[in-house]
Amino acid sequence: MADLEEHFNHTIEKDRRVEPRDWMPDGYRATMVRQIAQHAHSEIIGMQPEGEWITRAPSLRRKAILLAKVQDEAGHGLYLYSAAETLGADRAELTAMLIEGRQKYSSIFNYPTLGYADVGVIGWLVDGAAICNQVPLCRSSYGPYARAMIRICKEESFHQRQGYELLMTMMRGTEAQRAMVQDAVNRWWWPSLMMFGPPDDASPNTARSMAWKIKRHTNDELRQRFVDMTVPQAEALGVTLPDPDLRWNPERGQHDFGAIDWSELKRVISGDGPCNARRLAVRRAAHENGAWVREAATAHARKTAHAHETAHAHETAPASEGAGRGVVA
Amino acid sequence: MSEWPLYEVFVRSKRGLNHVHVGSLHAADDETALRHARDLYTRRNEGVSIWAVRSDHIAAASPDEKDPFFAPSGDKVYRHPTFYAIPDDVPHM
Repeated sequence: MADLEEHFNHTIEKDRRVEPRDWMPDGYRATMVRQIAQHAHSEIIGMQPEGEWITRAPSLRRKAILLAKVQDEAGHGLYLYSAAETLGADRAELTAMLIEGRQKYSSIFNYPTLGYADVGVIGWLVDGAAICNQVPLCRSSYGPYARAMIRICKEESFHQRQGYELLMTMMRGTEAQRAMVQDAVNRWWWPSLMMFGPPDDASPNTARSMAWKIKRHTNDELRQRFVDMTVPQAEALGVTLPDPDLRWNPERGQHDFGAIDWSELKRVISGDGPCNARRLAVRRAAHENGAWVREAATAHARKTAHAHETAHAHETAPASEGAGRGVVA
Repeated sequence: MSEWPLYEVFVRSKRGLNHVHVGSLHAADDETALRHARDLYTRRNEGVSIWAVRSDHIAAASPDEKDPFFAPSGDKVYRHPTFYAIPDDVPHM
C-alpha cells in the first residue's frame, strides 16, 4: 500500500499521467469521477439553451452552424462520459444521477436564451470562459480526461469564433440589432464570471486538486485571465461590459472588476435558477422518449446474433452480453 | 433494459498511419458501434478507417511502467544501436 501510494505520488510529481488501471487514492478517484461527470452533464445540458434556437436561426447557414455546434456539445458529453467510465463509473448510473438531480452541472445553463443574440453571446462569453477553464485541463493529471480535453478544446475554438462572428454581423446591422447584442451581453456577463466557481478563499477543494494536478490554476486566476482577454474583444465589438468598476490597473497589469454576487451563484447551483427545472425535465423526457430506440436496437442485436449463431452452430458461440470496462482508454 | 456493451474505438487518420485509440462508446452491436464511432469521433474528417472492438474482448497489460511485466527488456541495452561504439569517420553507420 505504501509502495503504491509512493508510486502514485511519484507519477504526479514527475508530471506524468495517471492511467486507468494504475492504483490511485480513493479521494483522487472520487474527485475525478465527480469532476468528469459534472463536466459531461454540463455539455449535455448545454445543448438546450442554444438548441432552442436551431429552428429560429435566421438563415440556412446559421441553422447549419448552430446544429453542428449543438452536435459538438453532445460529442463532448460523450467523450467525457467515456473518460469517467475508465474510472469504474457506470454510464446508465451517471445518466440517472443527472436526471434525478443527484449530480450537478454548470450553473450557466440555468439561464434562458431570450433572443437570437444570446446564441452569439454564449459562443463568445460562455464558450470563451469554458476555453479559459479547459485549456489548462489538457494537462490534467488523469490521462483519459486530459486527452478528452484536448479534443474538446480544438472544437471549442469554432464555437467561440462562430459566436463572435454572429455578434459582429449583428453589430453592423440596425440599431435594434445592436441593442439586442448589448442586452444579451448585460445578462450573460456576470453569470459567465461565475462559471469559474467560488472565489479561492471559499473553494476548500482547490488546494487538494492543485496538489494532485487535477487543476492547474485557481478559480480566481482563471477568472482574471478571462476578464483580461475579454475586455479588448468587447471594445472591438463595440459593446459595454455591464460593470462600472471594470478598469485597467497599471500597477497590477490586470483589470480590476466589481464584486460578484455570490449569493446568486449559490441560489442557481442549489436549484433555484430561472431554468433548472426545465433543463432537467427536457433531459428526462429525452431519456424516457428514447427508451424504445435503445430497446429496439438491443432486440435487433440479439436477433441478428441469434441468427448468426444458428447459421454457424459449429463455430464458437458469440460472446456473452454485458458491459466491459474501459480498460485501455 | 440491459446496458449496451462498451466498445473501444480506433481511428486511422490517413492512409499510411496506424489506427490510434480515440475513446470508447456504447452500442447495441458491431454495426451500430461503427456508425456511432463515425458520428462521435470523425465529425471533421478525422479518419479514413475505424475499428470498433468490444472492450471485454481486449486483453490489456497494466499501463504501469514499473510493472515487472516489462522487466525482461529493461537490461538489454545491446538491442539499441547506440550500444555500439563506431568511430566517427566510418561513413553511413
